[in-house]
Amino acid sequence: MQTVRWLFHLLLVRPLVLLVLGVNVRHAERLPESGPAIIIANHNNHLDTLVLMTLFPMYQMLSLRAAAADDYFLSNRLLAWVALNMFGIIPVKRGDWRRRDGDPLAGCSRALNRGEILIIYPEGTRGEAERMTEFKPGFAHLARRHPDVPVVPVFLHGLGKILPKGAIVPVPFICDVFIGSPMCWNGDRQEFTRELHNRISSLAREENIPIWV
Amino acid sequence: MLHNLTPTVTYTLLGIVALLVASSLMVSLIVRLNPDVDFDELKLRTRTWWVMVTVMLLATVTGKVVSLVFLGFVSYLALKEYLSLIPTRRSDRAILIFAYAAIPMQTYLAATGKADFLPIFVPLYVLLFMSTTMVLKSPTHGFLHAAGTVSFGMMLTLFGLGFVSSLIILPDSVNPIGGATGLVVYLVFLVQFNDVVQYVAGKAVGRHRLIPSVSPNKTWEGLVCGFLTTVTLALLLAPLLTPFGRAEALIAGALIAVGGFAGDATVSAIKRDVGVGDTGNLLPGHGGVLDRVDSLIFAAPLFYYYVHRLYF
Repeated sequence: MQTVRWLFHLLLVRPLVLLVLGVNVRHAERLPESGPAIIIANHNNHLDTLVLMTLFPMYQMLSLRAAAADDYFLSNRLLAWVALNMFGIIPVKRGDWRRRDGDPLAGCSRALNRGEILIIYPEGTRGEAERMTEFKPGFAHLARRHPDVPVVPVFLHGLGKILPKGAIVPVPFICDVFIGSPMCWNGDRQEFTRELHNRISSLAREENIPIWV
Repeated sequence: MLHNLTPTVTYTLLGIVALLVASSLMVSLIVRLNPDVDFDELKLRTRTWWVMVTVMLLATVTGKVVSLVFLGFVSYLALKEYLSLIPTRRSDRAILIFAYAAIPMQTYLAATGKADFLPIFVPLYVLLFMSTTMVLKSPTHGFLHAAGTVSFGMMLTLFGLGFVSSLIILPDSVNPIGGATGLVVYLVFLVQFNDVVQYVAGKAVGRHRLIPSVSPNKTWEGLVCGFLTTVTLALLLAPLLTPFGRAEALIAGALIAVGGFAGDATVSAIKRDVGVGDTGNLLPGHGGVLDRVDSLIFAAPLFYYYVHRLYF
């Protein structure tokens, strides 16, 4: 199945993302060359994960994971199969992370212990396209448990234009990816969350992006 | 023999490959002789030329339908780069689908030989339909800007480049020596070579900037060197690829050099207006596809109608 995933990305996802859509990456050198690492990015739609996985060389493909809400992605069998086998998602329970029925971040922790690169969308949901909302605390708890793992902020732009919530037909646009400087756990959850939110927001201001209203 | 290539066209294509080999050797020699100078862009450009020439040769020798589909794909990439550069309205999102849908329609018209209809398809039907839909579906506020920018992009990437399709589907009888393919190779090679000479001469001996507010790389020296080289090559290649006599070759070369410069400068002005350096990054060292084909945008229709005027 791992080979199928590798080929699926090589033959389908990469040509789709790189040729049919197109990606313009700024500061690609800031991407981690090896795991473990946490990538946090703003979330527009499902294309985000396709684009983020395309940023890494093919030999790293099988160590790329994405934390995804189990209530959505495991809701039907086909979606669950694709998400688990083709994108290597780690199902996470949404809601209060302190709830009693087991540790919701255990799967993510294990992935980092295995040296994998984990994609997290701290907004917790796709929300409205091209608008960034507040961050949920999950990724900060994870960073606290793994204080040596770098957290790389990434700003994605343009994917909401391709496929806004509710739209069926995608319209091709070249999307922009801005990679920020990585940072490790700094000891304070609120401070850490605020700093990474700031880093992503300042990436958004780095260039004159055409407005979309 | 490969798909309807006359011997002279085959020799010319082989000559282009030889030219590429020679320039790659020269680039590596220059790089070796000047170890302190940074030639990364030059090396990258040369490497990308290999990819582009390989793809273009394959698209040329495998038959007209493949050439037309390839050209449609180039139009698609260029249009996508253009629409990503300009500000667009959320309300026009669905209308942009029609802009993309026009590409396979135009390719179909070319593949079925609708030579008369091809040039009016975009300016008449597509733009009329799109602006009317915009009037009906989108707010009036920002209409002129949206309709204007989208139409202009369609004219550049579909209408302008579409004249290469018009050349591809010319009857081979127009040009016994090279066929339609000969004319296409003549146009594309001269346009691209004109670009390279303008760029290299501008870097090597360029002193006087031509349009400093648009592009720092365009110089009078580059323009003149490009023009003279292109006209000379147009004269030399005409007997191999075209039915042109000397006077016709001279005029065709001049049209290609001037049209090439105009297209290039126009796309530079668009980039300067929206504040970006390149239209994309698909072609390392060159920028985007639109950066590479910009000089064909005006040169192709000028050249096509010149041929049309002479032989129809």
